[in-house]
Amino acid sequence: MKRFAKVAAAMVTAGCLALTGCSGNNDKPDGDNTAATEQVEVFTWWSTGSEALGLEAMVQVFDRDHPDVNFVNGAVAGGGGSSKNLLQDRLDAGDPPDSFQAHAGLEIQDYILAGQVEDISSLYDEFNLRSVFPSDLIDLLTSGGKIYSIPSNIHRANVIWASVPVLEAAGLQATAEFASMSAFIEALDKIKAASPDIVPLSIGGVWTQVHLLEVVLIAELGTDAYNGLWDGKTDWKSGQVKAALEIFNKLITYTNEDRDSLDWEEPSTMLINGEAAFNIMGDWAPANFDSKNQVDGKDYVYAPAPGTVGVFDFLADSFTLTTNAPHPEGAKAWLQTISSLDGQVAFNRIKGSIPARTDITPSDFSTYQQTAIASFKNDTIVPSLQHGAAATIVQLNTITAAVSKFTSGASDIETFQAELAQAMA
Amino acid sequence: MPKKLKRYGPPLLLISPSLVLVGVFVYALIIANFQTSLTDISSAPQTTGLAPHRIVWFENYINLFKSDAFQHSLKNLVLYTVTFLAGTMFLGFLWAWLLEKRDRFEGIFRTVFLFPMAVSSVAAGVIWRWLLNSNQGVRASGLNRLFQMLHLDFLQNNWWNNNSIGIMAIAMAAIWQLSGYVMALFLAGFRGIPDELREAARVDGASEWKLYRHVLFPQLSPVALSALIIIGHMSLKAFDLIVSISKPANYQTKVPAVDMYIFKSQYYYASAAAVGVILLAFVLVLIVPYLVRMAKKEK
Repeated sequence: MKRFAKVAAAMVTAGCLALTGCSGNNDKPDGDNTAATEQVEVFTWWSTGSEALGLEAMVQVFDRDHPDVNFVNGAVAGGGGSSKNLLQDRLDAGDPPDSFQAHAGLEIQDYILAGQVEDISSLYDEFNLRSVFPSDLIDLLTSGGKIYSIPSNIHRANVIWASVPVLEAAGLQATAEFASMSAFIEALDKIKAASPDIVPLSIGGVWTQVHLLEVVLIAELGTDAYNGLWDGKTDWKSGQVKAALEIFNKLITYTNEDRDSLDWEEPSTMLINGEAAFNIMGDWAPANFDSKNQVDGKDYVYAPAPGTVGVFDFLADSFTLTTNAPHPEGAKAWLQTISSLDGQVAFNRIKGSIPARTDITPSDFSTYQQTAIASFKNDTIVPSLQHGAAATIVQLNTITAAVSKFTSGASDIETFQAELAQAMA
Repeated sequence: MPKKLKRYGPPLLLISPSLVLVGVFVYALIIANFQTSLTDISSAPQTTGLAPHRIVWFENYINLFKSDAFQHSLKNLVLYTVTFLAGTMFLGFLWAWLLEKRDRFEGIFRTVFLFPMAVSSVAAGVIWRWLLNSNQGVRASGLNRLFQMLHLDFLQNNWWNNNSIGIMAIAMAAIWQLSGYVMALFLAGFRGIPDELREAARVDGASEWKLYRHVLFPQLSPVALSALIIIGHMSLKAFDLIVSISKPANYQTKVPAVDMYIFKSQYYYASAAAVGVILLAFVLVLIVPYLVRMAKKEK
């Protein structure tokens, strides 16, 4: 029995090894493109839903523009943790994909310092990208005068979503616009009083709580002081930050108790099911509303998060060229497509984000996307904490640990503030 | 010399492939891991060798044991292990004792109780995450909803979301998974006791309790020890079930294995390796006395 178990375990392990070993150099051509001689393996976490469909649309443009290069899809599920861990393992093992997805901003810093991505500033000139991307964005991507990734799409994090039927049932005006967090808290109180069974503000696991914290910090501190949190100009131990944390604490009391076991879709779906009134989440939420046949304006409404009108809390996905990439030419072809007008339009129309390029025609996009495009042009742009733009992986992990400790009730505001300050020290 | 070679050569040759494999992939890697734990590798460039690292000896261990977060993880690990051990031993023994009566349906019950072990931890975790949902009142589901239906509303609680003892809720799922295995061990133990011993005890006028107390239990103690060690070391390595019910980032359910995962993901390779060594040391404390005992017995 015991021996059998051992043999079985060994066989299973060997089988797994063989499978993973093969998948690395498994050239499966996309389409019937047999003439391809070059290939490119692209590592993303766009493996399901609208993200996967968007990627597919991008690949169609890629196949049209670069018929001689085979696209190998290296998508791995798990936006945050698991896919990044797998990528880290592959980079460490000297088996890099040709190009991988990373959030633009400080998140990419670790890969740069570790010498795992190449300087691709020259591609910006080759593809004429310097004039089509907003200069704020290029600044955020530049590290020591060099640029290591090319953005494909932009998301806005500071958006509040509201369920129209729930608001109406509670006797509130069907709007998600609030001038300040305190006005918002008044509305939450009204919902709580009108229908005690409704969750006033739905939220998910700890990353969505960090997301909420970042929105509260922007609303309460303003853009200059918020930016100062990341470059050391704003003191994390200040009374101003403490006041923001108190608002955050207050908001958490309006949320669902099972938050720590959820991701972002479930809290968003609570609005659709009439179980919750508001949800603060990035603008990937429309994909969820669309998939459940919700109508913009009739079933749900949205606005910049309370107190953040005129601010665009930004995050961007971008693509790199890895050091010692097996197919650098293929990777360059991929980078050309993802930065091209056709590629960005095809991808973003389906994924729901907005193109990083400014030379697009807004009317090609959905109603929500048009508002985002306009805001991105006119608003003050600040980097997102949760989504890799403002802080490094270590800083974000430490902040995440502090938030989890606080929202689960294991620390008080003073400890929480001290731990946040420690994380950014 | 040739005589010795003849005697030891072929067996050595036969086991050498596995010796080499185990040597490289287990022991050499344990040593490499221990070496990493003595360095200060805690940033991306250090992990690729672009930035220098130095030996800091046991600094990582000292920092870990001093940190509140790691102490919380250790406390959770102790709670989890104690609950898991007590629960599986109790249920496993109880079931084995009941089945030992050679009931007609023994085969069915044995399969029923063993079955949860065949379910993967991740799949079991998904089910238990639903069962252990912490919503109460109108939004309750899983066990809390069941309590409502049974009019036992006061039993509703937030399960693993309790900061001090929440980890015990996850141990419940682990108990569900492995009690059947402990039952199988005990059942084998009961079956190993010859009927003559029972008959002899009965002839000598022992009551049923005395029969168990003085004849059967002493013979089961090696089985109990094996069960303790097997369950104990599984508990120390617990990761998959915890992560699939809760999430790695959740403070409530942190254990050292989860810390190791998070350290690794943020390039704190040295601290991750140190946690690995600490866990290995815990397992050794359990297993080495057992191995010594077995070796003595065989002699």
